[in-house]
Amino acid sequence: MELNDLTIAEMQDGLRARKFSATELAKAALAAADRAKVMNIFITETHERTLAMAAESDQRFAKGMARPLDGVPVAMKDLFCTKGVRTTAASHILDAFVPTYESTVSANLWRDGAVLLGKTNLDEFAMGSSNETSFFGPVENPWRKLGDARSRVPGGSSGGSAAVVAARIAPGATGTDTGGSIRQPAAFCGIAGIKPTYGRCSRWGIVAFASSLDQAGPMARTVRDCAILLQSMAGYDAKDSTSADLPVPDFATAITGDIRGLKIGIPTEYRVDGMPAEIAAVWDRGAQWLRDAGAEVRPVHLPMTKYALPTYYIVAPAEASSNLARYDGVRFGLRVPGTGDLTGMYEATRGEGFGKEVRRRILIGTYVLSAGYYDAYYLKAQRVRSLIARDFQKAFEQVDALLTPTAPSEAFARGEKSGDPISMYLNDVFTVPASLAGIPGMSVPAGLSGNGLPLGLQVLGRAYDEETVFRVAGVLEQAAAFAAKPEPWWVKP
Amino acid sequence: MAIDKATVAKIARLARVRVGDAEMTSLAGELSKILTFIEQLDEVDAAGVEPMTSVVQMGLRRRPDGVTDGDKRDDVLKNAPDAMAGFFTVPKVVE
Amino acid sequence: MGQAVTEPAPQLFDGATGKWEVVIGLEVHAQVSSQSKLFSGAATEFGAEPNSQVSLVDAAMPGMLPVINAYCIEQAVRTGLGLKAAVNLRSVFDRKNYFYPDLPAGYQISQFKQPIVGEGEIFIELADGAVRRVGIERLHLEQDAGKSLHDQHPKFTYVDLNRSGVALMEIVSKPDMRSSEEAGAYVRKLRTILRYLGTCDGNMDQGSMRADVNVSVRKPGGALGTRCEIKNVNSMRFIQQAVEYEARRQIEVIEGGGTIAQETRLYDANTGVTRSMRSKEEAHDYRYFPDPDLLPLVLTQAEVDAIKATLPELPDEKRRRLENELKISPYLAKVLVAEKETADYFEVLVAEAGKRTGKKPAEMGQDSANLLVMELFGLLNKDGRTIEASPVSAAALAGLLALRLDGTISGLASKEVLAEMFATGKDAASVVDEKGLRQVSDTGEIERLVDQAIADNPKQLAQFKAGKETMLGFFVGQVMKMSQGRANPAVVNDLLRKKLAG
Ligand SMILES: [Mg+2]
Ligand SMILES: [Zn+2]
Repeated sequence: MELNDLTIAEMQDGLRARKFSATELAKAALAAADRAKVMNIFITETHERTLAMAAESDQRFAKGMARPLDGVPVAMKDLFCTKGVRTTAASHILDAFVPTYESTVSANLWRDGAVLLGKTNLDEFAMGSSNETSFFGPVENPWRKLGDARSRVPGGSSGGSAAVVAARIAPGATGTDTGGSIRQPAAFCGIAGIKPTYGRCSRWGIVAFASSLDQAGPMARTVRDCAILLQSMAGYDAKDSTSADLPVPDFATAITGDIRGLKIGIPTEYRVDGMPAEIAAVWDRGAQWLRDAGAEVRPVHLPMTKYALPTYYIVAPAEASSNLARYDGVRFGLRVPGTGDLTGMYEATRGEGFGKEVRRRILIGTYVLSAGYYDAYYLKAQRVRSLIARDFQKAFEQVDALLTPTAPSEAFARGEKSGDPISMYLNDVFTVPASLAGIPGMSVPAGLSGNGLPLGLQVLGRAYDEETVFRVAGVLEQAAAFAAKPEPWWVKP
Repeated sequence: MAIDKATVAKIARLARVRVGDAEMTSLAGELSKILTFIEQLDEVDAAGVEPMTSVVQMGLRRRPDGVTDGDKRDDVLKNAPDAMAGFFTVPKVVE
Repeated sequence: MGQAVTEPAPQLFDGATGKWEVVIGLEVHAQVSSQSKLFSGAATEFGAEPNSQVSLVDAAMPGMLPVINAYCIEQAVRTGLGLKAAVNLRSVFDRKNYFYPDLPAGYQISQFKQPIVGEGEIFIELADGAVRRVGIERLHLEQDAGKSLHDQHPKFTYVDLNRSGVALMEIVSKPDMRSSEEAGAYVRKLRTILRYLGTCDGNMDQGSMRADVNVSVRKPGGALGTRCEIKNVNSMRFIQQAVEYEARRQIEVIEGGGTIAQETRLYDANTGVTRSMRSKEEAHDYRYFPDPDLLPLVLTQAEVDAIKATLPELPDEKRRRLENELKISPYLAKVLVAEKETADYFEVLVAEAGKRTGKKPAEMGQDSANLLVMELFGLLNKDGRTIEASPVSAAALAGLLALRLDGTISGLASKEVLAEMFATGKDAASVVDEKGLRQVSDTGEIERLVDQAIADNPKQLAQFKAGKETMLGFFVGQVMKMSQGRANPAVVNDLLRKKLAG
């Protein structure tokens, strides 16, 4: 077996047993990355730093002072600020930005010995569901439809992170999820990914999209690997006022394989009109797996479900329009002189620096907050958001977790939806409600579609109860026994 | 609600985003569609519901007063497009 | 409050069409006297090198987040309590969105719909003795902006973010003021209260206190006119001048058939005029919304009560106590409380004098006040010094007062002693001894001098005997001169009367 095929847990075992070194792992990962350039996964490669960090890990192994993640290569979504390493948010406006600081989440991973394996591509400022809005060009999904050589999108916004794991370049990567940006690309690329409870991972040092929704999380091939990464990423941070001051449970030990007696809800309202039969089928199959494992599966109601997307497309752009005001050409990032006066400089910098989708969202967000519209749009959306959160609270009085599909379709072809923003937005229909409510959600690969593309199932849990989410996801993973791999078409013979 | 070109121009100005004339027209159409989509919320009676301020159920944490940061002008100016004499610069402003 | 409040007497301006009344409201920005900024740990000290007191948060670098300073919250509450205002147990931080180079994030974190402090009041006293009540609308916490320097380079405006993020309390008055004098008195009183509370140093030169002055005019008693906001006026004098200029300008515009546009204006201290701020002319739409990086601020009543328990005596209360309990005249009491340093000095003076003389405060309040205000202030003023820089400490001055009260020195000698203390920093007793100024009350010695004076001046004696009573003063003066001012005037008087009558 090649080193790249190992899971994080296997790498940890192998490293500890000195079967291979961190440097060997790093070199294998870098070589895999070089072979896969055609997929446009990385915005910034970090060869030297990767090898240097691996060498440090090897020294610690040699001294018997290894840390939990020592030697494990982790790819970093290019939304996490990394000290001395360019951080772009996939935007022209930040394409030369080199932070002098390290995000808390990435710092936590390095503290535990993880090795940086490049900065992965994403939708510009994490705004998108297909990775097609990146200034650095789209990422290609390693998976292709059977008998069809056209590019498929990896999902978004953490498309690069999903692809890097699916293509067996890195065993794990970081993502961020604002309305589904970890879970949907995980589903599209046949890997696992968890958006923890809002507040579980610090937002400090992550380029903000929508502050009340943004949450970092891990993406990896197995549920256990996600638990291992989240263990390091999570934790209270005094620098983030919305960070939860709670102990971080041992996530990996929560994956017991035993869900007997657990109550699992199937939200009736998620059976949306026009849901592809395949999606409905994999969902039913998932419910059956859980029943077979001894859980009690029953329908629950989340009546506000249909309003989650409209709510999200008010709240998220509103926050984004404000969060992105700092990109003004004054203190960092792109500066375009424009007409030469201050306003001209602002308008030229932001007009040229932001791509189409980002401009669109800034404008919508500006509009819904503007005088005369605030109450009708923003305030109304925040009221509905309270109702959506209430739906979940009520559901969790009856059940311990919820099971839903992750996305309403398999990975679509590049360009298929980019013409129509609404059809693109609909891709997040199953992931957005949990984001609005702040609860944890995890996508697990559940099977392949008739086209040979991965499909994911989503497990939702109570706030701060990632343990139950991992436990249920672990059982689904086992039952699904998803072993398919994308055909490595990118490797030239 | 349908948004016309003039409204797009107004919000683009407010957001300090330069939008070309051709894009203005397409944006008016797209933004109108998005607004129609989000106006589904009109169906919801949310009167009397507390608007969400945060999904996190806790009080605002406070830090003690004390100088723990700053004194890093080089870091602060490092990415500045056109810093001079220890200052950021912008095209001259007439107040 | 138990204060006798007078209805405002409006300052009337003469226009071509008759009298006009001015209506003034003030928004005072007071810097919280904290070491670090409202949402970052960078220092707030005045006068540092450009951009040296800037954290990555203050520069709004990508991914940076605000964490609130507990001390600033306490000071806002403390100030609210000092303004007799309602403290809101739940308040919310909002983002006020607009683009300007000295506003790094593109928004200012402020409080809009739910401020930390609600309605309160301030009493001001005018030159004619009238007392007015000015309502406080609200007090909220917000970040200061950085500083733009427009005159450093021909093509560029320079931006210094040292002030960016410094905690401000914005204290908004009701439009209750009707003259430039009231506006000045309001800011002066507010400054005094803030300094008593210790929540703001009130240093207007350094920008710790600035006022946005809202001015409108109307026919007396008529409907409110459109107001203009004069931004960032940074001295008492300028506030009064800006009001006067702006009122006259508005009257002229209206009487000339024009209308007043609601706008932001700038006061130019060099020319004494206000002018429209073109850069901020564009209609603002601040798109306020709750800052998602921060949670609502929730205070407990116990927390507020604990702060309340530590409030110092404020100027109005202190003044009443000085008048009622220390029997100090209204004029002196007013002077004593006007500056916190004076009031503090005075409290020490009375306490120390009490220790030395065993007298009750009421028995020596007026004497203490007189000594401080009439004598020490005179020396300080002549030297251009403030009370904090006085070479005579409150305890030393108490030493002098004690010597005077127990008759060791005369009132006349006391002035000489104080001058020497002021010049040399020595204590009262040493100066008295060195200069031999101890008052002589010994009847034998004084009797000798009295006899001598009478013997030396037969002509004056004759005049006295002829009925010219005022010659008594002449003899007192002679004796005092012969004693070099040391003779106890009461004893001199007494003896002279007896001898001259005999
Ligand atoms: Mg104001
Ligand atoms: Zn203000």
